[in-house]
Amino acid sequence: MSALKIKKGATSHSAYNLRPAFSETIERHTLAVVVGNEPGVLARVIGLFSGRGYNIESLTVAEIDHEGHRSRITIVTTGTPQVIEQIRAQLGRIVSVHEVHDLTVEGPSVERELALLKVKGTGDKRLEAMRMADIFRAKAVDSTLESFVFELTGTPEKIDAFIDLMRPLGLSDIARTGVAALSRG
Amino acid sequence: MTRQMTGAKMVVQALKDQGVDTVFGYPGGAVLPIYDEIFQQNEIQHILVRHEQGAVHAAEGYARSTGKPGVALVTSGPGATNAVTGLTDALMDSIPIIVLTGQVPTFMIGSDAFQEADTVGITRPCTKHNWLVKETDRLSATIHEAFHVATHGRPGPVLIDIPKDVQFATGAYSPAHAVETHYAPRTDGDPEAIDALVDLIETATRPVFYTGGGVINSGPEASQLLRELVAETDFPITSTLMGLGAYPASGKNWLGMLGMHGLYEANMAMHDCDLMINIGARFDDRITGRTDAFSPKSKKAHIDIDPSSINKVIHVDVPILGDVATVLKAVLARWKERGSKTADISAWWDEIKEWRKINCLAFTQEGPSIKPQYALERLEALTKDHDRYICTEVGQHQMWAAQYLGFEEPNRWMTSGGLGTMGYGHPASIGVQLAHPDALVINVAGEASWLMNMQEMGTSVQYRLPVKQFILNNERLGMVRQWQELLHGERYSQSWSEALPDFVKLAEAFGAKGIMVSDPADLDDAIQEMINHDGPVLFDCLVEKHENCFPMIPSGKAHNEMLLANAQTQGQITATGAVLV
Repeated sequence: MSALKIKKGATSHSAYNLRPAFSETIERHTLAVVVGNEPGVLARVIGLFSGRGYNIESLTVAEIDHEGHRSRITIVTTGTPQVIEQIRAQLGRIVSVHEVHDLTVEGPSVERELALLKVKGTGDKRLEAMRMADIFRAKAVDSTLESFVFELTGTPEKIDAFIDLMRPLGLSDIARTGVAALSRG
Repeated sequence: MTRQMTGAKMVVQALKDQGVDTVFGYPGGAVLPIYDEIFQQNEIQHILVRHEQGAVHAAEGYARSTGKPGVALVTSGPGATNAVTGLTDALMDSIPIIVLTGQVPTFMIGSDAFQEADTVGITRPCTKHNWLVKETDRLSATIHEAFHVATHGRPGPVLIDIPKDVQFATGAYSPAHAVETHYAPRTDGDPEAIDALVDLIETATRPVFYTGGGVINSGPEASQLLRELVAETDFPITSTLMGLGAYPASGKNWLGMLGMHGLYEANMAMHDCDLMINIGARFDDRITGRTDAFSPKSKKAHIDIDPSSINKVIHVDVPILGDVATVLKAVLARWKERGSKTADISAWWDEIKEWRKINCLAFTQEGPSIKPQYALERLEALTKDHDRYICTEVGQHQMWAAQYLGFEEPNRWMTSGGLGTMGYGHPASIGVQLAHPDALVINVAGEASWLMNMQEMGTSVQYRLPVKQFILNNERLGMVRQWQELLHGERYSQSWSEALPDFVKLAEAFGAKGIMVSDPADLDDAIQEMINHDGPVLFDCLVEKHENCFPMIPSGKAHNEMLLANAQTQGQITATGAVLV
């Protein structure tokens, strides 16, 4: 259940080499977990992932219902379909978890992430960074004569692409929020 | 109408309201207010153990033998950390227990105060749920919720951490009926899945029931319904270690326990079946052996209350999410409604009869020393007609007890299955005896396991509990030694018990009775003496030192690759199997 890839064609007689009949394709899923907003609830969720060897690509959490004391945790994780199903079931077992949705399975959803990027440079590089930011509809939320801080919202892929473009243009710091996601409709 | 009272009084009141009659515990600075309340009442009996681990295992024994939740009360810091093994044990075996821990006062939390530990942090992964109560007003509601969580869905241990200032302060008491909870796991199976299972039962020609601890946890009704379903279908039935007693060992369809040290016929039936009906078991690695060779020809149905148990290890064709009793009732109802009949399975029974002829538990009692199997066979013969409860420690003796003792009813067999906790049985037997004062409670032990919690002898003596500690003393860590023989070239690294105490004198030092027996001819009389003695007995049965436990599925092998008695054990476990435990 760890992230290690098992070589194609490898055979093992280990009793822990689980579910040979299952698909070995690694998939990326976004899970929305609605939890009671009580102390330690995030530790329960994170502890489950570390204790059972699941992956976390990103995790965001914030209160969504102040009066109802509820928070929503959005987790992006990877694993075989069976591991993903286990993660869902294990999350559902936590007493403070009210709902678990696998947004990747339950139909179309939108995913957004916010990133802040600090780009340092002068001259042409600085101009080019500004032009690219325009194309990506990133906003400069701070500027000095030698730097910009851009704010960009979008899918993780879009942010990855923007980061790649900024790297040669003097990218010095990145802060990303991780994915927030909702089902469509 | 709310009643005002101190937090400490609330604890006692809430336990009374929950019907608790016995609490196992050990006092300390951070729980003194609660102990003061316990002192001032007589409805709840407090049993003073000798170590907090013992309190939790005793609560487990109480819970497993009664079906009611067990309660333990310990102090902060070391009291709480000593409870961790018991909590993990209860989590693995799905035993409902409530552990109350004291904590340093709220204003000192985080200051590394004396006897402070992050108890909810430490116990988060080894409880079903836990709470740190910071306001006295929340305390009673939390205790009631804790009982609900521990006993609903898949049962398990819960822990409530109560800072000392919360115990002293006064707050409003909420009765149980005023407490709201969102925790309500599904208990009724999906009707379509139940119909799919009935379809499979109607057509199977090589079926087997594979049952587990979930049947016991679901309550006595589940065992009754299981017996009815077995009688209705005439299918063979096997069970995990945890499920023994749900179907009677004397029942004609009983194949015996399955798994690593299960019976030949049970494992062969699992391997060769065309329909496997898993009821309240979880395809544990002790059961499946090599998963890619596990029961290759069967359709599998799985009844379990925990969604995470389904498809975790073995892919199943018909998953049924629900409580065993509720689902079995629905299955039987559909079976009768549809006027269902099974296919002809007589050829399958013929095959099973052939496997039974192997007589995999046969042994010969010869020579001057007592064979452990013989000791258990005699224990069975001399105690089976008693109102009997059996506990065990962990190791060879545990497997032999499961093989050679017969369980006719549920809740009669208390053993550490999932966690395999040496030191479980002795305190557990104390919990069982307290719940059943007139019953014959026997802890089948190995000398090494028993020494791990031997201090609880003081508890048995203090409360005049006539628990029988039946030690199969081979002066070895028998199971470790067996594995070293099998896969470490007979290099017996640290697996012998050097400098053992004289158990008879040890018993006498505690004020109990000690009996030592080494001659097979004296065994029956000695066992009878143990049974007849009205008080705790430490029974030191010196047995054959190098006896191995068979049958055995070597790690990394399939069900049909069992080793039988006197097998050639060299080289049976390959390098890949050797890494498994």
